[in-house]
Amino acid sequence: MRSMREALAGFRRTPLLCALSIGATGLSLVILGLFGLVAHNIGGAIGDVERRVEVVGYLLDDAGPEQVGAARRELEALPAVESVRYVSKDEALERARRDLVEFSDVYGELRVNPLPASFHLRLREGFRTPETVSETAGMLAAYPFIEEARFGDEWVERLFALRSAATGIALALGGGFALIAVLLIVTTVRMAILARGEEIEIMQIVGAREGYIQRPFLLEGAVTGLAGGLLALGVTRLAYVVFPARFAAIEPLAWLPHVWTAGGVAAAAVLGLLAAAYSVHREVGRAYGPS
Amino acid sequence: MISLRNVSKAYPRSGDALRGVSFRLRKGEFAFLTGPSGAGKSTVLELIHFQTRPTDGEVQVSRYNSRRVRRRDIPALRRRVGFVFQDFKLLERLTAAENVAFALEVIGTPRREIAGRVQRLLSQVGLAARASSRPSELSGGERQRVAVARALATEPRILLADEPTGNLDPDAAGGVFELFSMLNRLGTAVLMATHDADFVRRHPDIRRLELEDGRLARDSAA
Repeated sequence: MRSMREALAGFRRTPLLCALSIGATGLSLVILGLFGLVAHNIGGAIGDVERRVEVVGYLLDDAGPEQVGAARRELEALPAVESVRYVSKDEALERARRDLVEFSDVYGELRVNPLPASFHLRLREGFRTPETVSETAGMLAAYPFIEEARFGDEWVERLFALRSAATGIALALGGGFALIAVLLIVTTVRMAILARGEEIEIMQIVGAREGYIQRPFLLEGAVTGLAGGLLALGVTRLAYVVFPARFAAIEPLAWLPHVWTAGGVAAAAVLGLLAAAYSVHREVGRAYGPS
Repeated sequence: MISLRNVSKAYPRSGDALRGVSFRLRKGEFAFLTGPSGAGKSTVLELIHFQTRPTDGEVQVSRYNSRRVRRRDIPALRRRVGFVFQDFKLLERLTAAENVAFALEVIGTPRREIAGRVQRLLSQVGLAARASSRPSELSGGERQRVAVARALATEPRILLADEPTGNLDPDAAGGVFELFSMLNRLGTAVLMATHDADFVRRHPDIRRLELEDGRLARDSAA
């Protein structure tokens, strides 16, 4: 209770510095929040595309039904494979007639079906990496009755490169802005400690416990981080509401998962606490000598 | 009660502040710590208050030893050892009573007891009538009395005073010394650092520990 009172007194004592610190911390985290929003939506889009990644193996016409059945069972047993769909020659022709309407006349006049039967393999989540896709295509192509296996290798690699870049940028920005926020809180708490230097010195001389002296400053750091985190959340939400309305052509964005928002605000508070602990250790802890 | 055994203290920039200093101060004893500026008087007091640790040797205060003391024990030690400064170190925004109450509050005295104890402490130093005055409204001697009342808030068994009369006129200095003598008669050990040789000469019955260039040059009790 006293710690909270003292922490709030700290805000009253240097309101401009505290507001600046909360504002700057909030701004750092807003940029992080906006990037998180974009990354979350890019991640969702990539996930959708990833789910459509298929490895297709085209069968030679002389493949026997027993060979095909045995191969299908083997492929379904692979840990990376989610499903195996067999498309017969007739189904392939039917689909071509349906999907390629402009060539329906050509397909209608055919006496011999030129389209091959095929296997369509979908991979499980977590296995849709370029390496696994390529490896699965290689295993499929190894069957003697498979003429060719395709998986759009260039396209898959680009997709994964995009995801890696998005993750890397998110981590770099996150780390950078978190560092800025920490430095600001370190400075604010340090100023608060210096502003109360005389009181702290007297407390140390008369025998106040370290925790008694330090708690208000730790709380001030945590509250600054928390306030900055909430400010960032509010501004990010505002941007989320306003932004799609201005650009009607854009698909509606998905809001951040609750775990992200709650985790982000909590992380801001913890960051504030750690930054304050650093300042307190440097400025107050010395008077008690080595541990 | 206080024991320094072959204590040396060196600072990284200024070098040796103390070299091989040894003495004991018994329970209820009064001693002057004398010597010119820079002789090491403040360093001795800081070592006894565990504001700093010896580079060599050891300091023993009651059951606390500088080699073995744990960081978390230091507040308890400081409550047994009151400290009074030349520049008073009072909080200007608080009244005399609030300055004393501040010390009581930060050591965890129950709120309901604070007002009564502040009243008693200010009466003890003869300042009950100036309880609501701010430091800027008090004379030097009165400010030092408030500082003494604050130092007594923790009921210390030892009182360290670093040039407590240095900023006072002779009358006020005499008054503060009388206060220390009275506290000593009540059982508090007092170690008072001063470079005022005349003041010390006027009290020949009090033990004198004389420092010179970081060494204990003379101990009148030896």
